[in-house]
Amino acid sequence: MTLQLLAFYFFAFFAVLGALMVISLRNPVHAVLSLVLTFFSIACIWMLMEAEFLALALIVVYVGAVMVLFLFVVMMLDIRVATAREGFIRHLPVGIGVAAIMLAEMVALIGVRAMRVAPPPDPAAVAGESNVAWIGRALYTQYLLPFEVAALILTVGIVAAVALTLRHRSGVRHQDVSRQVAASATGRVRLVSMPAERGDGGAKP
Amino acid sequence: MISLAHYIVLGAVLFCIAVAGIFINRKNVIVLLMAIELMLLAVNINFIAFSRFFGDVAGQVFVFFILTVAAAESAIGLAILTLLFRNRRTINVAEFDDLRG
Repeated sequence: MTLQLLAFYFFAFFAVLGALMVISLRNPVHAVLSLVLTFFSIACIWMLMEAEFLALALIVVYVGAVMVLFLFVVMMLDIRVATAREGFIRHLPVGIGVAAIMLAEMVALIGVRAMRVAPPPDPAAVAGESNVAWIGRALYTQYLLPFEVAALILTVGIVAAVALTLRHRSGVRHQDVSRQVAASATGRVRLVSMPAERGDGGAKP
Repeated sequence: MISLAHYIVLGAVLFCIAVAGIFINRKNVIVLLMAIELMLLAVNINFIAFSRFFGDVAGQVFVFFILTVAAAESAIGLAILTLLFRNRRTINVAEFDDLRG
């Protein structure tokens, strides 16, 4: 057993452990944190496959951004843990049964024995460049249009997320900067022309 | 030697755990969203493994796009979830029955 295989089993163990904790833990915050463990272990496994760029992108994008978003939402929503667990035991046999059957089918379909092939030399190293340069060359030449469409999808995602969660509450006084800037003296001060009072002993009319 | 089968079986195991999670957690939409993220991750493992073993860059480029779309998907999904919680005060899947599904 080589060091690489040992490292694979180590990371795979923690990835599967984290995934099991995600679906079984009672507290949603703990579930999000174990999902972070899973993502981190899988990023290490991608490192073993010499896909350095994607491994680092997984850590930066997922652990750094998406999981923090999940944590924010979990902490913002007031979830009653007791009611969120109803039916857990009732659905447990069905879930385990379906998952076990699917796993058996997939492993049978994969044909584990036929796939025990040794990895070929790293294709990026064969091309004489790093993994990042290898992906970047493909991304910016052959896949340029899909790359720009992906940027568009992200923009649409931002706009949609903001548009969905934006709300106009009535009865709240906002500062409207454009109205403040547009204010002029004619709109604020009214000059009234009235006759001057005569000084005849200060008699009130 | 780590063979192709190691990675594919790991992906299958993670995918099945995510499927079991969707069956088990019927009361909590957040865990359902996390199970979907797990499924996408399992598929990404397969893509990268085949890309590495066939020496084709397309698999890794595809994983890049899957990560992009999954980030947009979870952002919109969480926005919808906050909206649902604001209007219904619950995240129980069984109570979202307005569409009579």
